[in-house]
Amino acid sequence: MYPFQFESAASEQDAIALLGANPDARFLAGGTTLVDLMKHDVERPARVVDINQLSLTTVEEIDGGGLRIGAMVRNSDLANHPLVRERYPVLSQALLAGASPQLRNMATTGGNLLQRARCQYFRDVANACNKREPGSGCSALHGINRIHAVLGTSEQCIATHPSDMAVALAALDAIVRVRGAGGERTIPLVDFHLMPHDRPDRETRLEHGELIVSVDVPPLPFAKRSLYIKVRDRASYAFTLASAAVALDVRDGVIRAARIALGGVATKPWRVPDAESALENTSADGAAFGRAAELALSGAVAREHNAFKIELAKRTLIRALTRAAAIA
Amino acid sequence: MTEPGHIGAPLTRLDGRLKVTGQAKFTAEVPIDHLAYAVMIQSTIGAGRITRIDAREAEAADGVLAIITADNAMPLPEKGRAAFSPPAGRMLSLLQDYDVHYNGQPIGVAVADSFEQARYAASLVRYEYEAAPIDVDMEASLAKSYPYTRKILGRDPASTCRGDVSAALRQAAARLDVVYRTPVETHNPIEPHATIAMWEGDRLTVYDSTQFVYGVRRVLAKTLGISEEAVRVVSRFTGGAFGSKGAAWSHVPLAAMAAKHVGRPVKLVLTRRQMFGPVGARPHTVQHFEIAGGRDGQLTAMRHVTTSSTSKIEEWLEPSTLATRMLYRCDNQETSQHLVRLNTGTPTFNRAPGEASGTFALESAMDELAARLDIDPFELRLRNYAEEDPEEHKPWSSKSLRECYRVAAERFGWAKRPPNPRSMRDGDWLIGWGMATATYPMKRMPASAIARMTPDGLVEIRAATHEIGTGTITIMQQIAADALDLPIERVRFTHGDTDLPQNPISAGSMTATSTGSAVLVAARELREKLRQLGFDNPATARVTEAVEVRSESKPGKEREQYSMHAFGALFVEVAVDAELGMVRVRRAAGAYSGGRILNPKTARSQIIGGIVYGIGAALLEDTHIDRRSGRYVNAELDEYHLPVNADVPEIDVSFVEEDDPHVNPLGVKGLGEIGMTGVAGAIANAVYHATGVRVRDLPITLDKLL
Ligand SMILES: Cc1cc2nc3c(=O)[nH]c(=O)nc-3n(C[C@H](O)[C@H](O)[C@H](O)COP(=O)(O)OP(=O)(O)OC[C@H]3O[C@@H](n4cnc5c(N)ncnc54)[C@H](O)[C@@H]3O)c2cc1C
Ligand code: SF4
Repeated sequence: MYPFQFESAASEQDAIALLGANPDARFLAGGTTLVDLMKHDVERPARVVDINQLSLTTVEEIDGGGLRIGAMVRNSDLANHPLVRERYPVLSQALLAGASPQLRNMATTGGNLLQRARCQYFRDVANACNKREPGSGCSALHGINRIHAVLGTSEQCIATHPSDMAVALAALDAIVRVRGAGGERTIPLVDFHLMPHDRPDRETRLEHGELIVSVDVPPLPFAKRSLYIKVRDRASYAFTLASAAVALDVRDGVIRAARIALGGVATKPWRVPDAESALENTSADGAAFGRAAELALSGAVAREHNAFKIELAKRTLIRALTRAAAIA
Repeated sequence: MTEPGHIGAPLTRLDGRLKVTGQAKFTAEVPIDHLAYAVMIQSTIGAGRITRIDAREAEAADGVLAIITADNAMPLPEKGRAAFSPPAGRMLSLLQDYDVHYNGQPIGVAVADSFEQARYAASLVRYEYEAAPIDVDMEASLAKSYPYTRKILGRDPASTCRGDVSAALRQAAARLDVVYRTPVETHNPIEPHATIAMWEGDRLTVYDSTQFVYGVRRVLAKTLGISEEAVRVVSRFTGGAFGSKGAAWSHVPLAAMAAKHVGRPVKLVLTRRQMFGPVGARPHTVQHFEIAGGRDGQLTAMRHVTTSSTSKIEEWLEPSTLATRMLYRCDNQETSQHLVRLNTGTPTFNRAPGEASGTFALESAMDELAARLDIDPFELRLRNYAEEDPEEHKPWSSKSLRECYRVAAERFGWAKRPPNPRSMRDGDWLIGWGMATATYPMKRMPASAIARMTPDGLVEIRAATHEIGTGTITIMQQIAADALDLPIERVRFTHGDTDLPQNPISAGSMTATSTGSAVLVAARELREKLRQLGFDNPATARVTEAVEVRSESKPGKEREQYSMHAFGALFVEVAVDAELGMVRVRRAAGAYSGGRILNPKTARSQIIGGIVYGIGAALLEDTHIDRRSGRYVNAELDEYHLPVNADVPEIDVSFVEEDDPHVNPLGVKGLGEIGMTGVAGAIANAVYHATGVRVRDLPITLDKLL
């Protein structure tokens, strides 16, 4: 671990100022990503700014039935919040499918969005990695890439975005509210994360010095019929190989609207508008779900060890749609 | 439990409270004054030479006491190889030269006032290399395999041949010719390896997380060129080992060298990532299996050829063919072992070495043959029941496998199994049932113990064995209390210290058989000595000064007369998601015979632990090594998957007690490893029954079932 300076922020302004003053500073929320990567020398911040004193810890109702989730709300609290469970079961399920209870008790909403790649070549500094050291090469491309992405990849990086929570939020059209020295702005979650292209080190639209203050989830009445299915190598406590967050508005057996996002297979939380529109005004049956799944994976590119993910993701999506349609 | 009659009682572990309350001190927690912290530095190439080392920046960093590399390490006798004598003494990397044989090889040590400073300093040392080509791909290297010819563990022949296999294969009604594969499985005990070394003049005291204090002592003395008497090794609690702590790996002498170098006590604890490579693993196996049988279900031929991987610096064998030689009657059989040398860390024992990987192949092959012969797989085992050891033609010292089969099959409900694959379903899940035989040899080595009664009426038993989490302290106290007719509170067991009488490595399921026997004999001799002093009943004896006996117990000629093994039967139910391929073990029922059961509670824990370990081997564990760099890729527990609680179902364990007068004075066979055997086979067979898909290469991950 590299030596660093530790500061505790008393207010949002304070946090923003402390971070902005040092280009190599990082916020510390739950620490489950940051501290872990510092121990591996992957993150080498010169300054760590603790934001655990900030009061961004509430879940509030906003106009029309939506929710404003404070950036420091812990994953456990969010997953078990009565309004989340009632209005957005997909979000609660995605959170509970992630990590372990101990980690969820620490992990925060803001930190979860900013968690970094689980690519093992990224986590071990002995390897070349464009995300860690731009231009050094991508060890995973021709290495062991069973867990890597098949959608949104580039020749520079094929790491998945590992968050489960963010997949549900992508399906729900969530909005990220951020605040910097110049004030507040909002970024739709589907635009928040960047695909790697030729700059895999650039992961989000967040600027240095900006603090995530909340995530807003707009009202979506049919999200009551939403769910998250996650496929992983063991029964619990493993990252996603393929997952699907879906919400369906089905009336009289006909789909009026659909929200679909995929996890574990893409370089960012992967919303699939084509598959959604293909489902609209069709009957909720296996044939329609199969077509949607084909569309959702149509651009997939397999590497040596992850070709199975393409078929797995299709089947996972079909399973999720079938179950969602069956919810009364 | 205060009444005598402790053996056979389900006593709760005596060290349990200490452990759950944090009072049990593990090696890294031993409080030592003026301690310095060492961090091991590892190579980042897979083979070649270090051409330059620049430690200037590291040496200048805050708190740094020393950077020790091949440039400045103390020279050791025979370039650090003086202790080579497996299993405890291995080919180590002790900074005596600049050669690199695998990626992750120890190439330096950073020592500082704090752990964080040492770690930072370690990252600042610059190495330049001249890289050489590497071999790490098992499949690609098979062409370079060669036959292993020495005795296996000094006892069993490297290959066997009985009858005429080729002729029998030609004439068989049904035959199978397939290859099974198991990956490198890296032990991950909860406690990583840890060593504290401190010198007082020329005397060295070492706290170590180990399965073998006497082995560590020998390795340290020989490696450092000092006498064994000058070295004391202490290991009170070891937080799991599974074979990985049976040898003194490089970090142990490195800690002693570092302590000498800086003139302070030094602690060296491995990180989780450092558990992958420098401290052993189960090697790859590629097992070519031919098996044949007649319509009557009699086995007519077997040929089992195992190739396992080893490192470039040492030959280590995974003897996967051993169980094949003795488990079933089969007149025509050939087995042989081969090795492939790879640029990896040297492999070592990993729970049931040989038996675990070998029974995966054997028990899968039996299942595949049963399907070809249209015979129930359980029935096929019964029809080929070996009434004597089919290889050595010796009687069994005892064998209750038939009873184990019966008990486990009944408790599982095997009779209701539909014969065809894909015939049971529960919603999205296909259900399958599979079974396998479990087996592990009774092993025993010379052991010694002191039994000592003090005027306060307490008895202390002393033996340099280890508490590696198995319940050793508890059963040793049970044994002694029983032999002396004392309440267990009046017996204390002291272990884990080379100041105590010598005992073997706590491995090979031989602690109960070896140390247990020595403790029994010592307690009996103490009782006899008390009788001579006029105390017929030890419970009321009041000696005026301490009375002590020192006893030894060692195997006799029983091995020449008998074949001695523990046996068991395991039945499992799996569920496989029909579309998504996920495999879950839903329930398991096993019955085991291991001689006398000293403590059903700790015995059951050992079996359950073995089965859980087997679930990991069957479904999850797989060490990924990058074929270009030789680097251990998933060297962390996030992607090196072990079973979590949610993966472990209800496990029903029964014991079939045996009265075996031949094995050892205690009549026990050892239960530490048998639970692991057969598990992967039973699960693979159940997966086949659920899906109709036969997976022959472990682990059975979902991508193999899509
Ligand atoms: C063993 C393990 C298993 C896991 N399994 C899963 C899993 O299955 N599924 C899953 O989704 N996740 C999983 N995770 C990841 C976990 O969800 C994330 O580590 C966690 O959500 C990060 O939140 P945190 O608050 O701890 O972030 P931190 O580590 O504190 O911060 C992460 C990053 O975000 C920045 N940051 C934090 N808060 C803010 C803010 N308000 N504004 C701006 N920047 C901020 C930090 O500077 C840092 O760069 C796992 C993690 C571990 C260690
Ligand atoms: S996939 Fe991305 S994170 Fe992984 S090695 Fe390549 S560049 Fe680095």
